[in-house]
Amino acid sequence: MSKQNSMIEWIDKRFPLTSNWKAHLSEYYAPKNFNFWYYFGSLALLVLVNQLITGIFLTMNYKPDASMAFASVEYIMRDVDYGWLIRYMHSTGASMFFVVVYLHMFRGMMYGSYRKPRELLWLVGMAIFFVLMSLAFTGYILPWGQMSYWGAQVIVSMFGAIPVVGETLQQWLLGDFTLSDAALNRFFAYHVVTLPVILVTLVFVHVLALHEVGSNNPDGVEIKANKNPKTNIPVDGIPFHPYYTVKDIVGVVVFLIVFCGIIFFAPEMGGYFLEYNNFIPANTLQTPDHIAPVWYFTPYYSMLRAVTVNFLWVDAKLWGVILMAGSVVIFCFLPWLDRSPVKSIRYKGPYFKIALTLFVISFFVLGWLGTKSPTPLYTLLAQIFTVIYFAFFILMPWYSKIDKTKPEPKRVKE
Amino acid sequence: MADSFSNNNEMSGRRKFLVAATSVAGGIASAAIATPFLLSMMPSERAKAAGAPVEVDISKLEPGMLLMVEWRGKVVWVLNRTSEMLETLVKVEGELADPNSEKKQQPEYAKNRTRSIKPQILVTEGVCTHLGCSPVFRKEIAPADLGPDWMGGFFCPCHGSKFDLAGRVYKSVPAPSNMVVPPHTYLSDDRLLIGSESEGSA
Repeated sequence: MSKQNSMIEWIDKRFPLTSNWKAHLSEYYAPKNFNFWYYFGSLALLVLVNQLITGIFLTMNYKPDASMAFASVEYIMRDVDYGWLIRYMHSTGASMFFVVVYLHMFRGMMYGSYRKPRELLWLVGMAIFFVLMSLAFTGYILPWGQMSYWGAQVIVSMFGAIPVVGETLQQWLLGDFTLSDAALNRFFAYHVVTLPVILVTLVFVHVLALHEVGSNNPDGVEIKANKNPKTNIPVDGIPFHPYYTVKDIVGVVVFLIVFCGIIFFAPEMGGYFLEYNNFIPANTLQTPDHIAPVWYFTPYYSMLRAVTVNFLWVDAKLWGVILMAGSVVIFCFLPWLDRSPVKSIRYKGPYFKIALTLFVISFFVLGWLGTKSPTPLYTLLAQIFTVIYFAFFILMPWYSKIDKTKPEPKRVKE
Repeated sequence: MADSFSNNNEMSGRRKFLVAATSVAGGIASAAIATPFLLSMMPSERAKAAGAPVEVDISKLEPGMLLMVEWRGKVVWVLNRTSEMLETLVKVEGELADPNSEKKQQPEYAKNRTRSIKPQILVTEGVCTHLGCSPVFRKEIAPADLGPDWMGGFFCPCHGSKFDLAGRVYKSVPAPSNMVVPPHTYLSDDRLLIGSESEGSA
């Protein structure tokens, strides 16, 4: 027995190393027909690691104090060796996190990856998405620029819209009667301790849940239903390692080329990744003339301000908050809204394809509107596309059921 | 002991009771220990003490001028309205959601058309009642972006809420109510006290 093997044997008697390596990598069988859309899960993991590492190094120089925060970020950018690189890696990483997660979610919507038996996997994914949004929000406050301050003001004021307990809840969140140093200090705590710990745990649970039910694929075929009777291995499966680890490395290389391109040539991305107003220190007396959230929140922001009339016994302000929260939470119900007999868009009929196309269009239009100042025309457009956005979900039980589907194959296509 | 566990697949009534009682006690203990942590997040004594009133000299405030004052970390506006500005308050009333200030967003002494003690001087928190942005003072009449009907007022750049020159909210905008008029009083003709209604408590 070689030295290495005896070492592994020593560990295996004390820790399930080899068995876990097999269960999750070398003998985890994934469908052999993964395509381009299956890069984004592993890329999300890569960006997570990037955020954790760059984040740790940023905390070494950042000061979570309303009077020092802005200057400490500028200090990182100008005086700390390679501080600019680490900070741009972190800020670009935040935007790229949403790029890959949105594509990852869209993949799930196309191929029905949320359908039975993957409902919990989808819900854990949604929980990850909520934590990610909280991380993005708390992180954006830290530089304590104009957008940090007024963005936080808007988001925290939303809790004030909740009837009865709203005002107390808002004070509890802020630790003060207004947005101030107390809030900055605690949002820092959330951003660097609470939320990352929850996020990493949820990612671990997400992978565990995935490996329990197995991966879906572009054909929506359950590969576990068709195993080789002798080996008990799915006939349409290949071991994750080395096949998909190698594939994912290709994705990583391409991604890093794009990532570095942004960091070195367009870290502000024309004001979409880092907004110009955030290079002005927070001024509690004056809101910038034009405020818009970072691009990944703009679709929801459009819906927040789309409601301008009181409706039933609820006023427009609370409706806006309800719609905004609802637009994100409604994804959680997908597994039960979709009544189609098939999973994948490849076998679904025209209704679903049209609905998904309209949904994607409304997501982009709402996102674009969210970056603009509100005018009567833009508000009307936001209202129309908000209706389309929600119709995609609310009407799904009907159009997915009566849709003309093609039969799902028993085996994945070559 | 081990035997009594393995022999009994079903829990006896006594064991059931003990498990339930222990769970309840544990739950109460968890809630008790969570309380100080959650309460530590409420505004501290220092934050509570920081609400002192602010005195403002308005002798140099020309008609048509807006002064921004910080009180309790919020912006408070003091606007000296011209007589033309005051005339617009009547004209826009048909388009307002709460022209008579029925909602309690102001002290009793400011529940009038001008929402002020002295007709020309408006004192209001410069905070949009929608989501807390600070609206922009747009005194020009009928600017291109706000349309031909704009008579001057405050426009919130965040979500497009509109207020007239008395801080009264227009209909069909996201903001639900008029802007808040803080407690204030005049110590003399030119000395305004914001945050208190009498000199004594200042």
